[in-house]
Amino acid sequence: MNFITIDKKDWTRGIDQSRNAYRVYGPVKDENGCQIKPLAPDTHPEMDAAVTVMSAKSVLFPQTEKILTATLDELKDDHHVMKPVETDDMPRVVLGIRPYDAKAVQLVKLNFDNPDYQDPYWCAAYDATTFVGLGVTHPGPCDFSTAVGSGPFSEDGLDVLMADMDDKYLTKILTEKGEKWAAACGFDTVADPKESQVLFDVLRKEAEKQIQTNVATDKLAGKTILDLYDAPFWDEVAFSCINCGTCTFVCPTCWCFDIQDETRHNTAVRFRNWDTCMSPLFTHHASGHNPRVTKVQRVRQRFMHKLKYFLDKYDQGIMCVGCGRCVASCPVNIDIREVCNRMNDYETTK
Amino acid sequence: MDTCIEKIRAIGADLLAKGTVEKVIGFANGSIPMATRPVALTSEKDMDKLVFNSVCGLNLANYVSKNSLSKKEGKIAVVAKGCDARNLVTHIVENQISRDQIYIIGVPCTGMVDKRKIAALFEDEITGFEEDNDSLTVSSASKTETVKKADVLRHNCRVCTHRNPPVYDVMAGEPVEEQTLDQPYEDVDQIAAMDPDARWTYFEKLTENCIRCYACRNACPLCYCPTCFVDESGPQWVGKGQNETDVTTFHFLRAFHCAGRCTDCGACVEACPMGINVRDFTRKLNKDALELFGWEAGLDLDKRPPLDVYSPNDPNDFIK
Amino acid sequence: MENPYLPYPVRIDDIEVATEDKSLKTFTFVFVNPEDEEKFAYKAGQFAELSIPGVGEIPIGIASSPVEKGFVKFTVFRTGVVTTHLHNMKKGDIMGIRGPLGNWYPWDKLENKNVVIIGGGFAFTTLRSSIVYMLDPANRKKFKSIDVVYGARSPGMLLYREELFEWEKRDDINMHITVDGTDDPDWQYHTGFVPQVVEDHAPAADEDTYAIVCGPPIMIKFTQPALTKLGFQPHQIIMSLENRMKCGIGMCGRCNIGKELVCKDGPVFTLEEINQTPKEY
Repeated sequence: MNFITIDKKDWTRGIDQSRNAYRVYGPVKDENGCQIKPLAPDTHPEMDAAVTVMSAKSVLFPQTEKILTATLDELKDDHHVMKPVETDDMPRVVLGIRPYDAKAVQLVKLNFDNPDYQDPYWCAAYDATTFVGLGVTHPGPCDFSTAVGSGPFSEDGLDVLMADMDDKYLTKILTEKGEKWAAACGFDTVADPKESQVLFDVLRKEAEKQIQTNVATDKLAGKTILDLYDAPFWDEVAFSCINCGTCTFVCPTCWCFDIQDETRHNTAVRFRNWDTCMSPLFTHHASGHNPRVTKVQRVRQRFMHKLKYFLDKYDQGIMCVGCGRCVASCPVNIDIREVCNRMNDYETTK
Repeated sequence: MDTCIEKIRAIGADLLAKGTVEKVIGFANGSIPMATRPVALTSEKDMDKLVFNSVCGLNLANYVSKNSLSKKEGKIAVVAKGCDARNLVTHIVENQISRDQIYIIGVPCTGMVDKRKIAALFEDEITGFEEDNDSLTVSSASKTETVKKADVLRHNCRVCTHRNPPVYDVMAGEPVEEQTLDQPYEDVDQIAAMDPDARWTYFEKLTENCIRCYACRNACPLCYCPTCFVDESGPQWVGKGQNETDVTTFHFLRAFHCAGRCTDCGACVEACPMGINVRDFTRKLNKDALELFGWEAGLDLDKRPPLDVYSPNDPNDFIK
Repeated sequence: MENPYLPYPVRIDDIEVATEDKSLKTFTFVFVNPEDEEKFAYKAGQFAELSIPGVGEIPIGIASSPVEKGFVKFTVFRTGVVTTHLHNMKKGDIMGIRGPLGNWYPWDKLENKNVVIIGGGFAFTTLRSSIVYMLDPANRKKFKSIDVVYGARSPGMLLYREELFEWEKRDDINMHITVDGTDDPDWQYHTGFVPQVVEDHAPAADEDTYAIVCGPPIMIKFTQPALTKLGFQPHQIIMSLENRMKCGIGMCGRCNIGKELVCKDGPVFTLEEINQTPKEY
């Protein structure tokens, strides 16, 4: 754990210097809000961006990703034999990521990298990515990260954590990947570790104080799945839902995907796309049977998965990092904070 | 502006107390600034949960079509602005519901605000929003601004010529004056005036941020097909990935499916998380319906839409 | 890192029409690369993803048995895009198989136990795999009595008819073959729905008896009470579920029932486990 300071006057020069070793991603503002995008050689991250509409998950998990191809040309020896697409191993760095987005990556990792199976595409992207976080000094109204195990200055999942000190960034290098990145940028002004840590602690406490929502999750683990599943409030929660995919697509911890095959002339491609449990097709059997044929079943599934099934299965807290994107983007203002509190407070009348 | 909310609540309470309807579908306050949420209330005691203001931008007709109504449900009251009521008329004309299944609480509307336009006035996230007639007070952590509602109206509301519901069971307020516009389709004309290459680039840019969440489709009351064309697999019409052709096909084809039916309620744009103005597609078809057939959707329960009927006088210049 | 999405290339070695209405076909596959067969070593009860490039994948129970070497067999019902394409393929065509996936029937728990196998319609595939496994001379001694109740709509809809009739003649297995109805005067076996035949002919349960049940939801719904009447406890009833799947390896998230992923934590569950999950299957 070492600390450096990065003078803001050196920031863009350093980023440009790192471009021969890293593909650079960061927040940019456009007329519709802020997004994390790959940064062309002459653009730099807008570090004062508000929370991005989409999370950073597409850096590791693109919305559409080719995974296998095959030639259908029967004159070739290997026709109809599927081959993997080469994984994208190019090192990349995501600058100005919010700490909760880095924690989200750790939660998603439980899915894609486990003792039984490892997803080679996601894992290659993860190994290649360095996360440089910027502490959030003014958490917005939808941020509830502290209630769910993260926070505006949380270090979980980050390789570097920066704090904006007006004319410079006070920077904590957390991992080897972080060290490599700092070296590639030529950022080497050392800062005093004790003083720096004190400053970070002060900033963290001040930022955390500004988080306005309280979400309770302490009683979720103690309830049974069936009790929560059969609770009477789901109809009310689900009424306004229009079953689009907005919440799942903006969410940094949602990982569900679909696998599709397409052909063009003599080539077959298998690729995966983000999918959403909100879609009626999600669980639709070829026979026509659909275990989640009604809207309320699908809405219930989303919240049960995020706030109960994941909690029980992995014992790593809930599958939510409190970024508030779903709250901000949901067209009908379904608020996961309200649903979580409702689930947490629910007592059966037995 | 009298938001009619007191009258709406009173009407709703009366309908529920008398058992005339089983539930009232309206808007309730949201959990974040500038948000409201659709609700279905079944008790007259809950009527004070209903609100009506300048951020009720969704179309409640979306919640009453064949797919969303259970067969056993009784009569349902719906709070309906001009555009919403026109969509209810369209539902009836298209046999999604019968006239006696709904009780239309008509609300004269002076427009909804463009939330993105307001958000763009700030660098940080909005923490407060208050309305006082035409004056809106919006605040964030860094500043507070007061804006005139007329300056931040949604585009579809600025060009709206049907602010009063054409069909209703009761009106919750006095009708408001309808606008007359010299050039109601100026935005469409601008795009049509572009040369084909420029127009293609315009449409490419328009859809480049689309994430196929289908919020536009799902917020639209017209999109009630049990299986949407993008979800068909036998045969598959449209790919499901982020291929540009597939994304644009979805938008073009959906617009065509709304041809002659769209009331320009703006729910599609309101719902889109990426702020895409999908109305650029649908409005062209609305203009065509008006110019070719003299048709505007949802104004008359007894008239059949032009794509439903053939008249010998239909324009035929495309047949050369 | 092994790529769990990559199928082993296989060649269709044989296609048999399995039922009289031609809606089911049994495919025999041979691995293009012989070393893949060892990598594919499976246990009875597992499934695999049959993979057709450019068309898609389908999760199908493995009908062949681990004791049968040199090939793998699947019986597939034609119902959608991929299954229809598969039904139109020919001997010699190349495609892929991913697997083996999922868990298997609890063979170690079943040792020294009486086993009652109950199947309906075309859900009999993994049950065939199980029966062939148990009847193999190397394995038969591991199990006590074996009873099989298997029913279909009509004689022509029973899968693996020749094998069924062969097993019926054996004295180390009790077969109770039934059809819902038939006007074949030569039909020698039972007539009646599976749950009724279970109630009438399956042995009563003691703590050393297990039932493996695999069939359409309606059959399972009415077989459960019959088994309860015979004294089976929920932990003694083993079921194989199905659900819509894509990845088959527990990553795409769609096949969950509560917190269990049918492709990875299942498809085999005991009734006791299923009773603790939401009924979303």
